Amino acid sequence: MRVNFTVNGRKQEADDVWEGESLLYVLRERLGLPGSKNACEQGECGSCTVRLDGVPVCSCLVAAGQAEGREVVTVEGLADFAKNRACGGHDGEGKGGACGTTLQEAQGWSAKGTDSQTGEGGELSPIQQAFIDAGAVQCGFCTPGLLVAADEMLERNANPSDADIREALSGNLCRCTGYEKIMDAVRLAAARQSETASSQGV
Amino acid sequence: MDFLRPDSWEEALAAKAEHPTAVPIAGGTDVMVEINFDHRRPEYLLDLNRITELSEWEVGEKTVRLGASVPYTKIMENLRAELPGLALASHTVASPQIRNRGGVGGNLGTASPAGDAHPALLAADCEVEVESVRGSRRIPIDEFYTGVKRNALAPDELIRAVHIDKADGPQQYSKVGTRNAMVIAVCAFGLAVHPETRTVRTGIGSAAPTPVRAKEAEQFLNSALEEGGFWDNGKIITPSVAKQFADLCSAACNPIDDVRGTASYRRHAVGVMARRTLTWAWESYRGNAARTEGVA
Ligand SMILES: Cc1cc2nc3c(=O)[nH]c(=O)nc-3n(C[C@H](O)[C@H](O)[C@H](O)COP(=O)(O)OP(=O)(O)OC[C@H]3O[C@@H](n4cnc5c(N)ncnc54)[C@H](O)[C@@H]3O)c2cc1C
Ligand code: FES
Ligand code: FES
Repeated sequence: MRVNFTVNGRKQEADDVWEGESLLYVLRERLGLPGSKNACEQGECGSCTVRLDGVPVCSCLVAAGQAEGREVVTVEGLADFAKNRACGGHDGEGKGGACGTTLQEAQGWSAKGTDSQTGEGGELSPIQQAFIDAGAVQCGFCTPGLLVAADEMLERNANPSDADIREALSGNLCRCTGYEKIMDAVRLAAARQSETASSQGV
Repeated sequence: MDFLRPDSWEEALAAKAEHPTAVPIAGGTDVMVEINFDHRRPEYLLDLNRITELSEWEVGEKTVRLGASVPYTKIMENLRAELPGLALASHTVASPQIRNRGGVGGNLGTASPAGDAHPALLAADCEVEVESVRGSRRIPIDEFYTGVKRNALAPDELIRAVHIDKADGPQQYSKVGTRNAMVIAVCAFGLAVHPETRTVRTGIGSAAPTPVRAKEAEQFLNSALEEGGFWDNGKIITPSVAKQFADLCSAACNPIDDVRGTASYRRHAVGVMARRTLTWAWESYRGNAARTEGVA
């Protein structure tokens, strides 16, 4: 079957989709967006987390056909998504027009930029930059899901307590970091976000 | 495989009548796991996501009509006052991502003895509204679970909503697992105090082939509360009454040994949870009663 939906603000079409296929498979294998990771395919690890009509979900548990006509944001589109949100642009409602991240851009997206250590030169969302600055990425397999989940929490809750952060990230497993650096990263992003907000008089 | 995508409830019923083997998919948090792991290859998937009314709820005078697909997150955010037991139970389900998709309709569809909605639904009391092209009926929750992962639905029926009694007193939910998130219950216990009818109802999860009520424990407690005048004098529940209640709750279990726990541990833990949830709920009932008296 064919599935039409919006990915990172642009209309996309996936063909020859098997009816039992997951949204995760369509993103990775049909649209060439491997940012969302496939680690468990049973909702346990959160590494496949994307936004579906703004809501964080495990894309491995969404049937591709259920995404028909809906809006998906993946880690590849997170920088643009956060930028639009910051300038009061769309709130996840991609208009399918000039804004958003093209499939080509998304496929070619890399966190490297010109400096793979600092991320300088690549376009990053604040949460991505905070993960790099706090050293919250080791093997990186859990990172895309954590970024999407953490970004969504900061959108709802500008001033999260440690308990709020733990709760929001409780569906994302990391086997490397022991979570402390991840906590640091989210605290850092929250602090930077409130600095920006206060300097803008919000 | 065919993917059926009805736009309305009527279309969904027609599709289910035409293809009784079609597997409904709501949040997909049970169905997709089975498909991903090749445990299930249904001929038809019947997507319920486009039927918006299934994701809506209505707060009535006596009951809440909860659409089958209302995700747990919405229950936690919006129905904590009306359905405190179910809201607490919802919060123990999996993770935010799963709670954003999964809901009570799917929990009832799967009818796993470990499903977290069940003890809360049994304790609060509710009716499951199911429908087919043949008509609509309401199944009392006490008659809904018919066996291990089996329920009272006919092959052509779909769950439309659950009509849950609004809380008229404190409710509690307790669950044993290895961590706070992403845990399937080793066992679970729901309790609801109903001052209007002067009864306490219970629900036990993961400690019998189906979710069950501890009916003898309820009967014992209800008469002990009545005889002791507890509903009016607002006294603390005598430890011996609480202990007898807990023992009868343990006795209501019919558990098995499995990877999550042994039968004897489950029986023990259900007793502990029964005593604790009763104490917590009764304390807040007494607190409220005291406050009302103070005002009057
Ligand atoms: C990682 C993970 C952790 C989990 N942890 C928990 C947990 O802690 N506690 C818990 O209780 N559950 C847990 N679950 C199981 C699952 O999330 C719940 O059972 C959830 O309530 C299912 O809802 P759903 O909408 O996703 O159901 P779906 O997967 O869409 O459907 C489940 C079943 O119900 C049927 N169905 C759905 N809607 C209807 C309807 N309207 N009419 C008739 N049949 C219908 C489907 O055909 C299917 O058989 C977990 C699942 C995962 C993947
Ligand atoms: S791959 Fe989806 S939750 Fe692990
Ligand atoms: S960095 Fe390796 S799993 Fe998290």
